[in-house]
Amino acid sequence: MFRNQYDTDVTTWSPAGRLFQVEYAMEAVKQGSAAIGLRSKTHVVLACVNKASSELSSHQKKIFKVDDHIGVAIAGLTADGRVLSRYMRNECINYSFTYESPLPVGRLVVQLADKAQVCTQRSWKRPYGVGLLVAGLDELGAHLYYNCPSGNYFEYQAFAIGSRSQAAKTYLERRFENFMDSSRDDLIKDALISVRETLQGEKLKSSICTVAVVGVGEPFHILDQETVQQLIDAFEIVGEDEPPAPEQGEAAAPDQGEDAPAPAPAPAPSPAPAADEGAAPMDI
Amino acid sequence: MDQKPSNCGLPSLEADSQRTLYPYVTGTSVVALKYKDGILMAADMGGSYGSTLRYKSVERIKPIGKHSLLGASGELSDFQEILRYLDELILYDNMWDDGNSLGPKEVHSYLTRVMYNRRNKFNPLWNSLVLGGVKNGQRYLGTVSMIGVNFEDNHVATGFGNHLARPILREEWHENLSFEDGVRLLEKCMRVLLYRDRSAVNKFQVAKITEEGVTISQPYSLKTSWGFSAFKNPTLGAEGSW
Repeated sequence: MFRNQYDTDVTTWSPAGRLFQVEYAMEAVKQGSAAIGLRSKTHVVLACVNKASSELSSHQKKIFKVDDHIGVAIAGLTADGRVLSRYMRNECINYSFTYESPLPVGRLVVQLADKAQVCTQRSWKRPYGVGLLVAGLDELGAHLYYNCPSGNYFEYQAFAIGSRSQAAKTYLERRFENFMDSSRDDLIKDALISVRETLQGEKLKSSICTVAVVGVGEPFHILDQETVQQLIDAFEIVGEDEPPAPEQGEAAAPDQGEDAPAPAPAPAPSPAPAADEGAAPMDI
Repeated sequence: MDQKPSNCGLPSLEADSQRTLYPYVTGTSVVALKYKDGILMAADMGGSYGSTLRYKSVERIKPIGKHSLLGASGELSDFQEILRYLDELILYDNMWDDGNSLGPKEVHSYLTRVMYNRRNKFNPLWNSLVLGGVKNGQRYLGTVSMIGVNFEDNHVATGFGNHLARPILREEWHENLSFEDGVRLLEKCMRVLLYRDRSAVNKFQVAKITEEGVTISQPYSLKTSWGFSAFKNPTLGAEGSW
């Protein structure tokens, strides 16, 4: 009758030592459309894929500005993402009211993770169904964090979450060693290419992605669509019709996002395959 | 029937809450200035009980964290309360252990909020504070009053210092003051204050904060000369009823 007798309560352990409700929440993140982040010494770039739930509707916003020095990209339940963004905005504005200086990113991320953790330990609550990539700048430089529904958080050089993010991660893993000294523009380019990796053949257009930047001397902002299209054209022009030419450097890999390399998320759980076409249900 | 005086049904404010209606033990002026490598601050060590010079070794300049220096005039117990707030603030900041730290600008802003908050509760902390510090090569010097008025400047003073020391500082302060010249200028101010402020005592500390950290001097005295003819009969030339 029930698939599992240990997953009806957030706080109930399975004999194998797992909390199924928390794992399901993390599953929700995997089903959201992809979000990507990467950083250099001075800049962080966030990018995401915009999926509309139907031909007739618009897509949900997936990148939020929190403060001049912090922004987030989300994958999973947008509604939960908006709640957490509002919380972060509050924390930032309260801090700058008291201290007249920006809240250090790492501290905000810890508070956010604590908030998420509490939801995994209260019987009357549910975990947040959203993963957040937090990009920010503080006195120690640029930072990129990933915040998970389980209350875990990690700092990354580059990371991708959401559906088919494995393809983007594969790309990022190949290249991340150079990111530290990348220019802002190169970071954006790498972000766009990572986004393309997650598209599985669909053509990369500015209408289906959003890019945002924060960096030294550059407050967090979302690039407008024309700018993004120009950037896409700039590197995509090369291989316009035929398969995607990876730009210069990366000759080796088959590259074509078209599904060639690592197909989809490897450890995809059961519901993964269905999720694609009809857009990600959890993202709506 | 009524045994107690009626309060019109209002809770008795006087009985339940205590607030500073006037200061008891007070410290007098603090004077501070920016110099080439940081901030210099001077204050005497007297604690007045009304007009009685009750205490003679009160430290009114304290380091706050790694980058800041706080000087206070006014009610000394309120100053001690402020120090407790700041100790906690700095402790929690250090506990993050993440390489970020509150600098003088942040501490000054925090104090501004605390002071203004308390005055809004009609329960002010009865102090004028001077906050100086250096962080990442940036010198910072500001002041907060007991009602939350605050500003930054190249030199600041509290209480009588505002009237007696600031004019001297405006005249003689410049951007590239050396440490020696800075101390000399502060001593000039403190000497004037000693002569003309009845609650000043001849026992000072001068504190220095630079990128390297805080040094607060041992207490010392200034040479004075009371032989000026103007001091002999101060009311001689004065027109007035007394």
